[in-house]
Amino acid sequence: MAEKIITSQDVHLYYGEHEALKGIDLDFTAHEITALIGPSGSGKSTYLRLLNRMNDLLPNIRITGDIRLHGQDIYAPETDVVQLRKEVGMVFQQPNPFPFSIYENVIYGLRLAGEKNKTVLDEAVESSLQAAAVWEETKDVLHQSALSLSGGQQQRVCIARVLAVKPAVILLDEPTSALDPISSSKIEQMLVNLKNDYTIIMVTHNMQQAARSSDRTAFFLDGQLIEFNATAKFFTAPAHKESEDYISGRFG
Amino acid sequence: MREIFSEELKNLHVRFSEMGMLVNEAVYNSVKAFVNHDRELALEVIQNDEAINEREVDIEKRSFEMIALQQPVTSDLRRIVTIMKASSDLERMGDHAVSIAKSTIRVKGKTRVPEIEEDIANMADIVKQMVEAVLKAYVQKNDQQARKIAQQDQQVNAAFQTIYDKCIAEMQRDPQTVIGSTDYLLVGTYLERVGDYVTNICEWIVYLNTNKLIELNTNNQEKM
Repeated sequence: MAEKIITSQDVHLYYGEHEALKGIDLDFTAHEITALIGPSGSGKSTYLRLLNRMNDLLPNIRITGDIRLHGQDIYAPETDVVQLRKEVGMVFQQPNPFPFSIYENVIYGLRLAGEKNKTVLDEAVESSLQAAAVWEETKDVLHQSALSLSGGQQQRVCIARVLAVKPAVILLDEPTSALDPISSSKIEQMLVNLKNDYTIIMVTHNMQQAARSSDRTAFFLDGQLIEFNATAKFFTAPAHKESEDYISGRFG
Repeated sequence: MREIFSEELKNLHVRFSEMGMLVNEAVYNSVKAFVNHDRELALEVIQNDEAINEREVDIEKRSFEMIALQQPVTSDLRRIVTIMKASSDLERMGDHAVSIAKSTIRVKGKTRVPEIEEDIANMADIVKQMVEAVLKAYVQKNDQQARKIAQQDQQVNAAFQTIYDKCIAEMQRDPQTVIGSTDYLLVGTYLERVGDYVTNICEWIVYLNTNKLIELNTNNQEKM
């Protein structure tokens, strides 16, 4: 059986009195794309953000349960959050390049880690941009501002920035919802190509995107995980009526 | 995401073509067994039908998943719908081969009529050639060829009419041949139906290329 890279058991999250996640059990298999879907407020993004402790700084928040990366409790007191976020990278909905050159954007993480060897940096830039399928468009303008690129290109540069630090897991929070269909399709194809080297977990509102590109689909509703199934099964014969109603557009 | 879809579509085509070859072989062998009185070969045809049925289920499942997961439109959608419909036609053709094989097993040294058996063999040759041609036209997406193949169905119908007339005459002449001739009639009917299914597939090829659903060879003008 394939390796379970991230496991989570009985995860609850409370914003003050409000219970936003009501006991989530969900494991992720290495080298697969998992799509997290569900209506707004269902808890899918909240759950995603737990996986690299992005919720830590929210006020008045309480998290219980067990989340492990490679068997290590990521909420254990001794966990180094910076190290965790190197292992588990995050790409957001809005492309968020830093206001520097494309080159500097990609190596940002490596610079933080103290890497100075120009050969290493150059190689990281090329291989990361290649893997993010944006090398051809950027190789001649690497020292221009990343902000000069189109939204779709910016998003792929942001993905390259994550890839440059060689994470094991990439989290994506609606990575294409701000992009046009062609750019979205490029990013989907790229994610599929990245599967050999990474484990990908993606929140998406685009059901077609989940159907086309993911291996497994997790359906969240009202803070609960309703169904976690192979995508082919989920979109042809889901096990739960709520899943069927949601993906056929009967509610939500 | 085009790459994945194209790959899956190619895969679906290969599986469909393979199914076509299995069916072609079944039809051919069933008639061969019938005219050679070869019960072993007939049994083989019946056993191999399982594989054809499984293949159809597999193609349907794959097509269904592709529609659900990839949401194909325009010619992509037509390709998948065409394969689903045409694979049902192929599956029915396989069932007719089984029926012919069963007739072979039923006939036990009863009085035979060599002349009619030869007519059946000739009719089967036309049908076999049509099946091969339609598979080729499908792979080549050749709708002109498909229209031509469909026209050959008239020869099949004419061949059946001849067999029918001869069988009736034979039964009137010698009641000993009633059981045997009835089997000839059945086999002729099965072959005639296979020709009709080939015509159906021709119609799907035209649909694939032109987006038009047409009737290529209606049976309306046939003798009642």
